[in-house]
Amino acid sequence: MPITLRSYINRKTNAAPLAVFRMLFGFMMCYGMIRFWYHGWIETLYIQPKFHFSYYGFEWVKPLGNYTYLLFVICGLSAFFVALGLKYRMAIIIFFLSFTYIELMDKTTYLNHYYFISLMAFLMIFLPANAQLSVDNLLRKKAYQNIPQWTIDSVKLLLGIVYFYAGLAKLNSDWLFRAMPLKIWLPSKYDLPLIGDTLMHQTWFQYAMSWSGMLYDLAIPFLLLYKRTRGFAFVLVVIFHVFTRVLFPIGMFPFVMIVSALIFFDASFHKKIIRFIKDIFQGFTSKIAIRTEPCYRYTFKKPIVLIIGLFFVFQLAFPFRYLLYPNELFWTEEGYRFSWRVMLMEKMGMSTFKIVNGKTGDFFYVDNADFLTPFQEKQMSFQPDFILEYAHYLGDHFTSQGHKNVQVFVESYVALNGRLSQPYIDKTVDLYQEKESFKPKHWILPFNDDIKGL
Amino acid sequence: MFTLRKVVLALIVVSLYTACSSSSSDDGSSENKDSYDRGDLLVNLADNMIIPAYQDLNTSLKSLKADKDAFVASPDQAHLDALRTSWLASYKVWQSVEMFNIGKAESLLYGFQMNVYPTSVQEVEANIASGSYDLTHPNNNDAVGFPAVDYLLFGVAADDVAIVNVYNDAKYTKYLSDLIDQMQALTETVLNDWTSSYRDVFVSETGNTATSALNKFTNDYVFYFEKGLRANKIGIPAGNFSSTPLPEKVEGFYSKVYSKILALDALNASQNVFNGKAYATSATGESFKTYLLFLDRQDLVTQLETQFEEAREKLNMLNDDFYTQVTTDNTKMTEAYDALQKIVVLLKVDMLQAFNISVDYVDADGD
Repeated sequence: MPITLRSYINRKTNAAPLAVFRMLFGFMMCYGMIRFWYHGWIETLYIQPKFHFSYYGFEWVKPLGNYTYLLFVICGLSAFFVALGLKYRMAIIIFFLSFTYIELMDKTTYLNHYYFISLMAFLMIFLPANAQLSVDNLLRKKAYQNIPQWTIDSVKLLLGIVYFYAGLAKLNSDWLFRAMPLKIWLPSKYDLPLIGDTLMHQTWFQYAMSWSGMLYDLAIPFLLLYKRTRGFAFVLVVIFHVFTRVLFPIGMFPFVMIVSALIFFDASFHKKIIRFIKDIFQGFTSKIAIRTEPCYRYTFKKPIVLIIGLFFVFQLAFPFRYLLYPNELFWTEEGYRFSWRVMLMEKMGMSTFKIVNGKTGDFFYVDNADFLTPFQEKQMSFQPDFILEYAHYLGDHFTSQGHKNVQVFVESYVALNGRLSQPYIDKTVDLYQEKESFKPKHWILPFNDDIKGL
Repeated sequence: MFTLRKVVLALIVVSLYTACSSSSSDDGSSENKDSYDRGDLLVNLADNMIIPAYQDLNTSLKSLKADKDAFVASPDQAHLDALRTSWLASYKVWQSVEMFNIGKAESLLYGFQMNVYPTSVQEVEANIASGSYDLTHPNNNDAVGFPAVDYLLFGVAADDVAIVNVYNDAKYTKYLSDLIDQMQALTETVLNDWTSSYRDVFVSETGNTATSALNKFTNDYVFYFEKGLRANKIGIPAGNFSSTPLPEKVEGFYSKVYSKILALDALNASQNVFNGKAYATSATGESFKTYLLFLDRQDLVTQLETQFEEAREKLNMLNDDFYTQVTTDNTKMTEAYDALQKIVVLLKVDMLQAFNISVDYVDADGD
């Protein structure tokens, strides 16, 4: 191991920023679970649908009927335990597993920020985030002044990847030179107070938003990293995320990112927060004598550093897997998910399935509403892997109904970023015979246009 | 340097602003600047298309009622002919109304009480035999409205002489009478709601929310075109949704010769609404078309105009009676379906994407 890397890994820093991050992350996730339940989404997204779209390889992950509620309770409670720093290691493992299970149940609800939360939870399993400001300190009568610096840096790196890769993804001709999809989305916000009917439909404003969004994403990790620009950067973070929250229905994501960005601040800032919280609970905690050790030491340091290293190599490489596919990424979406491609496309489709008797040629069309919720139908209509999985479901369904020689064809039209809709799937291909895999899908028709860039 | 207090203060300001802006109501600002005035679009819809169409339907149904009264008073061939003529006239006007399933029409399930076909002969006859029925009950949706009257005027007996004869039975005259009275009464209720109060509510709801009139109307319009026009009139009888064609499911099954004329009227009515053409005059105003043009989507408008033309040509090639068409040469029916389907794609995918309508059915976070 080179000296510099070794000395970096041994470098210590104050534990306060990570402890504050852990607490805020836990509370937000707990609130997120309650909010999800409150909106009735457990029912509408996981209980009501007859059929769920699975991730390739995770077909065994399904909603658990009414026990799905229990899953959300477990997830919310473990997040609360994370916030308190109570049995932290166990709590964050349970949170990671339950949250990830929830996200894997149906890919209809895929969101980049859910993926971000899963990754962050995984990372946090290996971090001593309960070194301070935790109930564990009270139970073990032990706290730690310092922790390895790489632990805090790894959180910053993950945040930095999310922003920077989201910025890289914006380096394409639709975003920069056609102001798409903001050109579609912004004018539809005409009913916002003040700016709705003055700015939103202006072409210059749409371009300004596109370009500044791209610059923001690319620059913000670096601006947060350097002390001299940090204050300014945080103001930008707040403005940017509030603005996106006002414009788009993106739930808690903006607040998660705003709060997460606090980890870039110096320990002195976080110490003040800890002091503030400790003052509140002073009467309760002062009776317990806590010994503060100078530094947290990993028991399995080498394997953990290796795991974290591999994790980041994977994170850096995985979003570029789309390069292995021949066709336009936005059109085929092969390698689109799990790559920080956020708000890049306005894509809509309509897919009508045709069940054919292969022998007689008799056919009929399927009413998607008989099998899918409107939300599932919307998401299915323009995503090839959804279309394939649904075609198999229909094929199995009608075969079990007694139909013979079932073939499943789809007539699908998709419009991308304000272009006229065009045929999407080869309607002469029997999708019931096609298998899901990571290989390019030959039955996706070519895109009639060119989107240049990353 | 950043202090904790400043950060907390910033977060409070942020959450207040977010809270305020997300609670904005359906009502749009009335003083639009140079951007597109969606209020004008709704005003044009309400004042020049929806209300005049309802008024015309109500007038037409009143004369249907008068002809029915004359027929009931003295059932003979001449009165039957007059009654059939005014039934057709009303049915044609109905084609301009069915797509306006919003407001009172939606809450009354007006459309289901006016034009569910095929009508159930069994239920019609059962109602007539029993003499007691609730015409508004959902179970009776397929025993009321234009299709039930279609049966009573054209299909209740083998030929005209026999049909006239049927109406010597008071039970039959009563049911026919009740049906037509009910259709007119319902229409008047919906019309009065528009003219007395709903019109102002409708034109004020220009917001882009799931429940605003603009969004609901747009979704309803597209839904009507897909379901009421494409599927019900053409697709279902042609067997697009079943293993075999179902020719007895055509609109105007008993009168035989009107299914094409009704379908063409429906297509014209949809296109007129798209173009913003007034119901009663040739004046045009703000419409989906002008909205698309404002959004720089001339390409889509051109495409839609071409497809409307193509669909009209395909419909014109069909037999006056779709039943005959399906049973003799169903390919022409499926071709007409395909032409209508192209319009559905353009409306549902391209137009809704261009408007970026907040849809009422998707309730979850986005990215």
